[in-house]
Amino acid sequence: MNKTITLAMGNGGVENAELIQKVIYRHLANDFLAKAEDATPLRFVNEPCFTTDSFTVTPLFFNGGDIGKLAVAGVCNDLAMMGAKPKFLSLSFIIEEGFGLREFEKIMRSIKKELAINGAKVVTGDTKVVPKGGCDGIYINMSAIGERIACVSQTNIEEGSVLLLSGDMARHGASIFAAREGIELANEIESDCKSLWPVIDELLQELTPKAMRDATRGGVAAVLNEWAAATQLCMEIEERFCNVDASVQGICEILGFEPFMLANEGTFVIAVHPDDAQKALQILRRHNAQASIIGKVSTTYPRRVVLHSAWGTRRFLDMPSGEILPRIC
Amino acid sequence: MELRDLYERFRDPKALRALAKEIEREAAKLSKPINIMEVCGGHTHTIMKYGLLQLLPKNIRFIHGPGCPVCIMPKERIDHAYILAMQEDVILCTLGDMIKVPGSKGSLQDARSRGADVRFVYSPLDMLRIARENLDKKVIFFAIGFETTTPMTAALLQKAIEEGIENLLLHINHVTVPEVMRELIDSRDEHIDSYNNQIDAFLGPSHVSVIAGSKIYEEFPTRYGRPVVVAGFEPVDVMEGVLMLVRQFNEGRCEVEVQYKRSVTREGNTRAQEMIDRYFVKRELFKWRGLGNIPKSAWRLRDEFSAYDAEKVYALPKEEIEDHKLCICGDILRGMAKPTECQVFGTACTPTKPLGSCMVSSEGACAAYYKYGNLLKEVE
Repeated sequence: MNKTITLAMGNGGVENAELIQKVIYRHLANDFLAKAEDATPLRFVNEPCFTTDSFTVTPLFFNGGDIGKLAVAGVCNDLAMMGAKPKFLSLSFIIEEGFGLREFEKIMRSIKKELAINGAKVVTGDTKVVPKGGCDGIYINMSAIGERIACVSQTNIEEGSVLLLSGDMARHGASIFAAREGIELANEIESDCKSLWPVIDELLQELTPKAMRDATRGGVAAVLNEWAAATQLCMEIEERFCNVDASVQGICEILGFEPFMLANEGTFVIAVHPDDAQKALQILRRHNAQASIIGKVSTTYPRRVVLHSAWGTRRFLDMPSGEILPRIC
Repeated sequence: MELRDLYERFRDPKALRALAKEIEREAAKLSKPINIMEVCGGHTHTIMKYGLLQLLPKNIRFIHGPGCPVCIMPKERIDHAYILAMQEDVILCTLGDMIKVPGSKGSLQDARSRGADVRFVYSPLDMLRIARENLDKKVIFFAIGFETTTPMTAALLQKAIEEGIENLLLHINHVTVPEVMRELIDSRDEHIDSYNNQIDAFLGPSHVSVIAGSKIYEEFPTRYGRPVVVAGFEPVDVMEGVLMLVRQFNEGRCEVEVQYKRSVTREGNTRAQEMIDRYFVKRELFKWRGLGNIPKSAWRLRDEFSAYDAEKVYALPKEEIEDHKLCICGDILRGMAKPTECQVFGTACTPTKPLGSCMVSSEGACAAYYKYGNLLKEVE
């Protein structure tokens, strides 16, 4: 086989079949995929949840993950946040002609590893190759069906709900930015890119969260603002309880960003009943020592997010707008 | 030393509370309220972001000054950037926020979506690499900023000349601080009537004085009776700067003091000043958005460097474009109105669709009010 991916590999003919057989099936083989028909018949799923996402990250390989891990974790996390266990996934590639086969294999290995963590299967897929310059290396689209185990939804949030953050924030955004801009740091920042089903699974066995959302693009600020808008309530958080790694804060200082606005790929915000707050914190801390209770839901300023400082002042934390970072997920 | 050592202590909650208490104690002795103009948008940002107004007594007020290089850029010059960006074979580069600011034809972001090659750089010296990598293109740097960034543009030109880079051009919009401060308290022309200005004292930006020294402010206490404290940008710096100003009033002093002793001297960075003088000369007039024409308030390239001057190489329109009629940015900048008093604030004029200069950049007074909703009651 060639060392790079050629246009012929996307032509639907012999070379295309070879790429699928030798590379993709080798990593993803399962009974559903083996049928290799136009569509895959699926087993019945109780209370199905369906989601989709596309991934165009630059660089493709970053500290803490790559586009393959990001894609599986990203789409499965969307299900997990709704209390749904990831089951069936689709996987579509758009690959630029000349893309290295070794890199492609590396991405496939990441996908395989991340699928195992989620206990999910790729059951259908597609591969297209576009001429050089037609895309930036490789793009991935994934859709996923999950089985809903608990009714977790922002509509459950009420006055008095307690807000928690599952770890320190802004790692993914900061690490991608540092890599892209060639900023050298003494301590390299590792992205928080991670599949969340294992921690969610544990949570759901012991309590039912009101709502959960992974703080991807737009960061923690976007999640809280979306919840404030959807519930007509006020999200009040304490800045000093929102943990930020020193190197991440460093990047923010240099470039003038707020950690609240930067993307995460494995850190989520969770709203629980006050009685569940300590239990939830315990479980979150088993997976990330930086998890913390950050605030509560009130009616002080409806539809707004209020950030309290350690010196007794407060301000609104707004929805991020405009360009923060060009392309990060 | 770690990076955090540069800021952590200057955001210390205990120190902030202690300073707040001390300011309150001193301010109680004031015979009348004082209005402090923080000249620089960076200070406005700090005041808003850290909620410092909530820590200050009612008789200490801030007037948010014109020191945001993005906000004060008049539409006609943004149009220059837009026109240059839309030329074939041009790569136009500038610093961060500038990309978002609308001129009469749109913003540089709009130009980019219409096919122009617009990029932002973190350091002007990045331009050298872009120029070398694109020899078939004209690479234009739309240079903005106060004294702080001017030497970097000078260094860029010096390097370009040394390395024989011929496809690099500069569009210079560097402005200076003391001239606009003087204009706000001592001007009678048709654009700015500073007769009713409410400014009692100035908080000067530390980074400007790192370059230009604290000496640039000496005329303000002596000629105009306004004390100046040069302060850093962390919340503790700003609070300490305020305390120093209040003490000047209580002790009957009126002078230039430096809070940011970490790196400000009276003389400043003389090598950087020499660099500026070697490549730049003052313009007779420069128009500031919201304020009008201010004499000697901006730099241009010296004539011997005309070959690098995008304003000379390209035929760009010279007509002035009026500010929006409902906009009261000029009054806000003179301390005669608060952002919330403007009838288009937060309605027709928002950070995503700014009408006036103060809403344009995150450092502008209106944008900061909009974003951080300080004095939450005022906004609600």
